[in-house]
Amino acid sequence: MKLHEIAHSRTGDKGNTSNISVIIYKREDYAWLKSVLTVECVRQHFLGMVRGEVIRYELPELGAFNFVLYDALGGGVTRSLALDAHGKTLSSFLLSLELPEKGQVD
Amino acid sequence: MSDISDVIRIGSGAGYSGDRIDPAIELVEKGNLDFLVFECLAERTIALAQLRRSRDPQSGFDPLLEERIRACLPGCASRGIRIISNMGAANPQAALAKTKAIAQSLGIKNLSLAAITGDEVSALLAGGEYTLLETGAPLDSIRDRIISANAYLGMEPIVEALDQGAHIVLTGRVADPALFLAPAVHAFRWDRQNYRLMGQGIVMGHLLECAGQVSGGYFADPGYKDVSGLDHLGFPFAEVLREGTFSVRKVDGSGGRIDQATCTEQLLYEIHDPARYPTPDVIADFSGVSLTEEGSDCVTVRGGKGHPPSGQLKVSIGYRDGYQGEGQISYGGVNAVARGQLASEILQKRFARWQIPAEDLRFDLIGLNALYGKGTESVAPAEVRLRVTVRSMSPSIAAKVGREVEALYTNGPAGGGGAVAQVREIVAIQSVLIPAELVKPQIHLEKI
Repeated sequence: MKLHEIAHSRTGDKGNTSNISVIIYKREDYAWLKSVLTVECVRQHFLGMVRGEVIRYELPELGAFNFVLYDALGGGVTRSLALDAHGKTLSSFLLSLELPEKGQVD
Repeated sequence: MSDISDVIRIGSGAGYSGDRIDPAIELVEKGNLDFLVFECLAERTIALAQLRRSRDPQSGFDPLLEERIRACLPGCASRGIRIISNMGAANPQAALAKTKAIAQSLGIKNLSLAAITGDEVSALLAGGEYTLLETGAPLDSIRDRIISANAYLGMEPIVEALDQGAHIVLTGRVADPALFLAPAVHAFRWDRQNYRLMGQGIVMGHLLECAGQVSGGYFADPGYKDVSGLDHLGFPFAEVLREGTFSVRKVDGSGGRIDQATCTEQLLYEIHDPARYPTPDVIADFSGVSLTEEGSDCVTVRGGKGHPPSGQLKVSIGYRDGYQGEGQISYGGVNAVARGQLASEILQKRFARWQIPAEDLRFDLIGLNALYGKGTESVAPAEVRLRVTVRSMSPSIAAKVGREVEALYTNGPAGGGGAVAQVREIVAIQSVLIPAELVKPQIHLEKI
């Protein structure tokens, strides 16, 4: 199952840093997603794209996580040579992350 | 009906400089607004505006100012809606003069206009030693290439201009959410040291500042997140109560949607630590925000908090950083990816001969790997588009890269089409912090 099935997402940018929200559709998925959508898992997903640290902020009241990815945008929107210099499309890439089946993780 | 001092409505008429204008007109006509805010300054916009101003002293404000003001001012003036905008960009006083001339040409009378300056702080930086926040390098490393340096002002000069009776307030660089906090502080006489209220006001501004992005724009994902009426997306307004609670709404009959999901996406947009969102007026804390759906397309927001600001203002510095050259050409049909890859290899060999550093070059096959550096699907695309970009201090090298892509027509793989080439000067942005007390905003008032 892809993350896309249970959550939605939007990317923001500040300089060379990207933040990607992950917002669940159903509150009951929060604790489980918190256990599987770890910083390490997100770092692996963006391997080769994100050079810096990855931080996860938790917002249980909103059923959301906020991932902050440093050194992620090829120098930032004003210097990057990338087609999508803002990294706006990174949220859709994160949603393509394959999650383990529920029950396979404690 | 409540008195204006107990509840106000603040509309969001633009989320960026090039935004749609018809939803702003709809808000003016049907939103029963007290204030209309146009947020039109992205990170780099002001440096580009400064370049225009250096060629023409009467320019340097938002290129769509005239169209927006002409479309919205008559309705605002007749209804008593006051306008706040950073469309002043690099020249708020010229924006004021232009707006005044437009108002006069429309026959509008008894109008008070304010321009706010003082965000341009190049002179303050001239003598000092500062460290660039993004790279840690000294400011001296870019000093001779600086185009503009603008401090993010807080709400204070806008509140003061409104207190003095301004119907239109035009600013340069101001923290985006402060454009929305200011009318609430003005209308309710909120205590600036009440950081709960300041934080809640910043939450309101943050949700509204990108206009359609909270009311169903930038949200639709067919089959998962459906949004109706995106061809007539309604822009949002906040109905704000004196005690700080507000609801995010849009005009009845407009397209789009406002619910917990749209508001949560926008609440976290461009946020790092949700508990510490720094602004000049307050370090806002979004971590306790609650979003309650009240019927259709109405979300009530509570729980924003805050802490005293740092006393430092962020200064955004625009500087010349060489040139970017770019060329594109498409390959389609059978074996398209192989021909696109061959084209890429040919150019990599040629550029190596001219010693263009590899880190200043980028090769993408749009349709295959331009966004994520690798394909996410195994199906071969029906077409790919080679895109080659270079960053160089030399405009001739930047131009040469585009020409080389075009030359693939007659010298490259079979069947390339639709080649384009361009070169542009790079205006880059970095930031420093300066003590807030050094920055002295000024208010220029005029009446007609």
